[in-house]
Amino acid sequence: MAEQPSRLLRTWLQRQLPETAFDWLAGQLEALQQDPSDRKLHIALGMIPRRLGKDDLALSEADLEAAEAARPGWDPRGWSVDEAARILALLAAAGANTGFAERFTALCGSAEVGEAIALYRGLPLYPDPAALEDQAAEGLRTNMRAVFEAVAHRNPFPRERFDENRWNQMVLKALFIGSSLHPIQGLDARANPALAAILIDYAHERWAAGRPVSPELWRCVGPFAVASLLPDLERALRGEDETERRAAALALAASPAAEARVLLAGAGALAAEIESGALTWERLEHDPVAQA
Amino acid sequence: MMFIDPHTHMISRTTDDYEAMAAAGVVAVIEPAFWIGQPRTNVGSYIDYLSHIVGFERFRAGQFGIRHYCTIGLNSKEANNEALAEEVMEILPRFALKEGVVAIGEIGYDEQSDLEDKYFRLQLELAKELDLPVMIHTPHRDKKRGTSRSMDVCEEHGLPPSKVVIDHNNEETVQETLERGFWAAFSIYPSTKMGNARMVEILRQYGAERIIVDSACDWGISEPLGVAKTAKLALERGIPEEQVRLACYQNALDAYGQSGQIKEDDWLNPPAIDQRTLYEGNSILRGGREPKIEEAKIKRSMDELIIE
Repeated sequence: MAEQPSRLLRTWLQRQLPETAFDWLAGQLEALQQDPSDRKLHIALGMIPRRLGKDDLALSEADLEAAEAARPGWDPRGWSVDEAARILALLAAAGANTGFAERFTALCGSAEVGEAIALYRGLPLYPDPAALEDQAAEGLRTNMRAVFEAVAHRNPFPRERFDENRWNQMVLKALFIGSSLHPIQGLDARANPALAAILIDYAHERWAAGRPVSPELWRCVGPFAVASLLPDLERALRGEDETERRAAALALAASPAAEARVLLAGAGALAAEIESGALTWERLEHDPVAQA
Repeated sequence: MMFIDPHTHMISRTTDDYEAMAAAGVVAVIEPAFWIGQPRTNVGSYIDYLSHIVGFERFRAGQFGIRHYCTIGLNSKEANNEALAEEVMEILPRFALKEGVVAIGEIGYDEQSDLEDKYFRLQLELAKELDLPVMIHTPHRDKKRGTSRSMDVCEEHGLPPSKVVIDHNNEETVQETLERGFWAAFSIYPSTKMGNARMVEILRQYGAERIIVDSACDWGISEPLGVAKTAKLALERGIPEEQVRLACYQNALDAYGQSGQIKEDDWLNPPAIDQRTLYEGNSILRGGREPKIEEAKIKRSMDELIIE
């Protein structure tokens, strides 16, 4: 499976890098295939940003489609040149893939920030994903938001591998650290009643402390918003923040409770917008009205 | 005025220190790998320590608008534990090329034992192989001879003095360090190393060429505002502003900039990828206001309640 993504990475880097820089990388990859020793890999990983720079990887729509075709869920948007090259080096050294998980764990344990982001962003492309689950979860325990997001955002690994508790903890932590939910793949598909209950408790905690909650929270609550939870959504629907009100309306629209229809009907214009498709979670996330 | 503090053990310091340093105009710090106050007993704790200073500490500093760099090395005290030293030497190449590593250091002598000498020399060779500058820790005891010897050994191994910073100088060592062409750093550390009034006199006597001021703040009673306060005193006592700028900013940048890992752009014009990952920016400098040293002082007062 990794063969095709690594060929894509290589093509993108060759297209973007100056010839001398790419030749250096190609030499390193070949050397790593022949002798994947720790020392060689450590030095290659250390030298990559120095030799190749840290520009954003330039990707077209067609590239993104090719990525999706090569490995469903693989979303390299926002990757940089050094990250792509580091992942490629790791794949080159993986060879017959024995002991990959041990090596991955050791590398994560001594990574600097940029390196850690690259290592975790590569999760969908590595061999033996089952063996990488614990280290992926370790990546979520970080205090460094960008490292957390390297696991949680635009990454199919969590939706495919994490059990419900791990998944729920990830979503809650994203809110907790002020990160966003919409880049989490499978957010709707993996919503569950336990998560909705945790998020409602979290909202109460925030409100008790006089703090706002992220409107995105309601996305994971809506489908499980039974009658007893409706007062909370009603509160959000009357909130001061426009995005919060819109989010509450969307959650009400997803609620299985009949009373939700009544509440939503009372929201007038918002109900009509949802009805016409003008207001969706995607629009809310990408076009937050509150800031306007 | 912007300052660089090129010798700080921030792993031992609090967020109050970071806030005070940023408010005083410190834009970048360099954290040399060193002893942590009590001996490490195995290579695993060394790996975790080095990972911490290249990783989380770098991130933490960025939250306060300060750029964080470090040096990687086996310190002289722990070089005396041969079993540990052998294992640490094995892992140094794994860390010396990490982002933001500006030198091999701080290395050199403590008791000037044979083992210290052995690992000092091996690390000088590593610095040559990886083309990195070197930060030398000169001994507290028998300092004058230890300092001369450190420079002798650097020369013997063919390191150009322009790539070597000799730290913890004092009135007795500065002349020789400068005459031999090395960078001469001074640690403004209460009681044991250099005082700020004495430092001002050294600047008056020797000028600022190749002179570097640092705080060496660590787990002991030390002063993270050592560089900023020395600059303030020097200006008050008539040292020309350009000399203060050299000693408290530019020389450190020039010396460690030879690694290619520290650039003025890092804090003046940070790349977007850094701003997304590890640097929140310094609002005080961004706002263009003259930073005030006094600003952050009151936080520890009992009158200053946190109300939220």
